[in-house]
Amino acid sequence: MDFSRDYFEVFGLLPVFGIDAETLNQRYRDLQAEGHPDRYAHADAAEQRRALQWSTRVNEAYQTLKSPFERARYLLERQGINALDPNNTRMPMDFLMRQMAWRESLAEAVAAGDIAALARLEAMTRAEADKAIQGLGELLDVRPDYPAAAEALRQYRFLEKFLVDIDNAYSEIE
Amino acid sequence: MALLQISEPGLSTAPHEHRLAVGIDLGTTNSLVATVRNGLSVVLNDEHGRPLLPSVVRYFKDGSVVVGCDALAKLGDDPHNTIVSAKRFMGRGLKDLPDLATLPYHFVDAPGMVQLKTIAGVKSPVEVSADILAVLKQRAVQSLGGELTGAVITVPAYFDDAQRQATKDAAKLAGLHILRLLNEPTAAAIAYGLDNAAEGIYAVYDLGGGTFDISILKLTQGVFEVLATNGDSALGGDDFDRRIFCWLLEQAGLSVLDDHDKALLLTKAKEAKEMLTEHPEVRLTAVLSTGEFIDMTLSEAKFNEMTASLVNKTLVPTRKALRDAGLQASDVKGVVMVGGSTRMPRIQAAVGEYFGQTPLTNLDPDKVVALGAAMQANVLAGNKGGDEWLLLDVVPLSLGLETMGGLVEKVIPRNSTLPLARAQEFTTYKDGQTAMSIHVLQGERELVSDCRSLGRFELRGIPPMVAGAARIRVVFQVDADGLLSVSAREQSSGVEAHIAVKPSYGLSDDEIGRMLKESYEHAQQDVQARQLAELKVDAERLLDATRTALEENGSELLDAAERAAIDGLMASLATALGGLDARAIKRATEALNQGTTEFAGRRMDLSVKRALTGHKLEDIGV
Ligand SMILES: Nc1ncnc2c1ncn2[C@@H]1O[C@H](COP(=O)(O)OP(=O)(O)OP(=O)(O)O)[C@@H](O)[C@H]1O
Ligand SMILES: [Mg+2]
Repeated sequence: MDFSRDYFEVFGLLPVFGIDAETLNQRYRDLQAEGHPDRYAHADAAEQRRALQWSTRVNEAYQTLKSPFERARYLLERQGINALDPNNTRMPMDFLMRQMAWRESLAEAVAAGDIAALARLEAMTRAEADKAIQGLGELLDVRPDYPAAAEALRQYRFLEKFLVDIDNAYSEIE
Repeated sequence: MALLQISEPGLSTAPHEHRLAVGIDLGTTNSLVATVRNGLSVVLNDEHGRPLLPSVVRYFKDGSVVVGCDALAKLGDDPHNTIVSAKRFMGRGLKDLPDLATLPYHFVDAPGMVQLKTIAGVKSPVEVSADILAVLKQRAVQSLGGELTGAVITVPAYFDDAQRQATKDAAKLAGLHILRLLNEPTAAAIAYGLDNAAEGIYAVYDLGGGTFDISILKLTQGVFEVLATNGDSALGGDDFDRRIFCWLLEQAGLSVLDDHDKALLLTKAKEAKEMLTEHPEVRLTAVLSTGEFIDMTLSEAKFNEMTASLVNKTLVPTRKALRDAGLQASDVKGVVMVGGSTRMPRIQAAVGEYFGQTPLTNLDPDKVVALGAAMQANVLAGNKGGDEWLLLDVVPLSLGLETMGGLVEKVIPRNSTLPLARAQEFTTYKDGQTAMSIHVLQGERELVSDCRSLGRFELRGIPPMVAGAARIRVVFQVDADGLLSVSAREQSSGVEAHIAVKPSYGLSDDEIGRMLKESYEHAQQDVQARQLAELKVDAERLLDATRTALEENGSELLDAAERAAIDGLMASLATALGGLDARAIKRATEALNQGTTEFAGRRMDLSVKRALTGHKLEDIGV
């Protein structure tokens, strides 16, 4: 494998946000079937090392493109934009207010041990996250407006983190 | 007439030589070895036709070792030197073992991994495991008729790096070439999936003797992709035994027990548990060394009540695994049940209820892991048929580094697909700092003290700079076995450090080298030692049997002179057993065998007579 190729090239895909998940999965399986270390278990040490590096690289590329968050971040990086620059934490006020309200609901649900309330909160957050992904597609592929995409990505990160907290809350209650 | 084809000397006419490779399920309770023969995966039996080798190792004073059924049979007599469930101690320190009080061993707290004091000296759990592996290797070599190219050894999916490393060390010590460490539930999925041409999302629920694993896999066109795995590497059938054991103590009002009685009651508890799978209640009886008699009845309902929390304990990781895979219980197409403990009706009911479907129990839960491991070994050895399917597994626990304040910074999240590499940049926190200590950890918790320490190393020679100016890039590489190596590099100066992470307390390569050398040196002695051990086992068995027979009807069937003669023969065998002279033991055994032939004959007559009394003659066809 040519290690200088970018992740989209590895999978023979156009560098856009709206990729076809099934194509990505299929190509991933094909690539691993070809070069996974298991195919080289009886080969010499140099070949084994190459297989290890190759397969590692395919996994890295796959993980990045599979996750909408990582994919968007990678696309912005290709445009020279570090979306998660710690010096840039600008966030619209109403978004922050809404986040705070949600966090309060989460704390209440945990305190009350209310699984149903957790489930409602989770469904709502997922719906919001799906909307955010659509918005990212619009900003990255259609318009494109990269600074706005970077801001949308930061918001999306909040939602993902919130989902993790909901997950943990389930474990806490159970 | 067709010309005879004559091949060049030394060249095989076979287009592709079949390489001998095996899969080994190194279990807490039972171990097995399997291989692919004519395209079919089969378990290799021992010379008595038994597939399972109990994972029990007994050590003798002279250094000889007995593994398997014969060791298991002597558990109650020689609890300190008869090691069961050694897998529970692999890569574990004394502080990691919560159930010390119920274990009859003399533990030695070595740095990191406990060791066990036996009559043959201090043994590491790695050596005990190697003794089990050596027997399986021998079985394979004998039954396949040639040296092995290599072996795939299975480990619980939830084993951490230290436990995996310890397993690899044990294989090396047993003289096995490891093709791969394979996760047990994944092995089961291969065996099940290939047999049934399964497609879709499957869960593998594996509850064995000492460990619990749950794995969620996606099967697509011959690709087995593990989506998430979770578990508890210290939860299994042993814990159910212990619940019964504690209940027994409570019911009988016992507090202190000697190690002999502990081992006895644990065995009884296990038997009772297994009986309850088929019966609504069981009776437990035992005579303790104090002469006290225990006679109790345990109902299935009571058993379910006292083990309910253990059953629930398996559902927590199950939920987590599904959540990590981003799936619901209803997305799962089939649940494959693995491990002897999944025979318990309560477990099958709980799993069925959770997934909303009857779990798949049509395969032998004891063998399926070994069968899958053999299939993978066949592929890795380069035998044909290997390019038809592929396995993609994950790292079970997150990997990270210690940062300021005793916190862990995660570098690789759990359930990342193998192999993988991840880099992270760190910097210095003091002006002029020239060295940096790197502490590698594994686990999900945030505090260093709650995670497992895998190793520490130092990067030295960083050019002095102001705090925060140095850029240190740490790269984690996890290979297809799930084993980690770490390297660090200061970017501006290129100073580098690299370690293959050996758990802080694992065996160093030097130590393994020494043990290997010793074992070669002792190879000759070992053969003799094994013979001696086998003779001893036979002799003890004969002594036991004679003693029992004498108790039962010695007074009724023997006169004083006959009795004295047998007592004399028993005494000389006992004396011979105390020594190391194999021939003397053999001779004394034969003598006792001879000397009791007449007695045995009379016992036989007596039992036939007894069986006949109370029957009408026509009943038995006379
Ligand atoms: N009929 C049965 N009913 C209940 N439990 C059983 C039955 N048969 C076996 N077991 C239990 O299954 C356990 C052994 O299972 P198995 O052989 O799968 O474990 P293992 O592979 O040695 O352990 P592990 O996979 O945890 O390392 C023991 O605890 C045993 O008591
Ligand atoms: Mg097992």
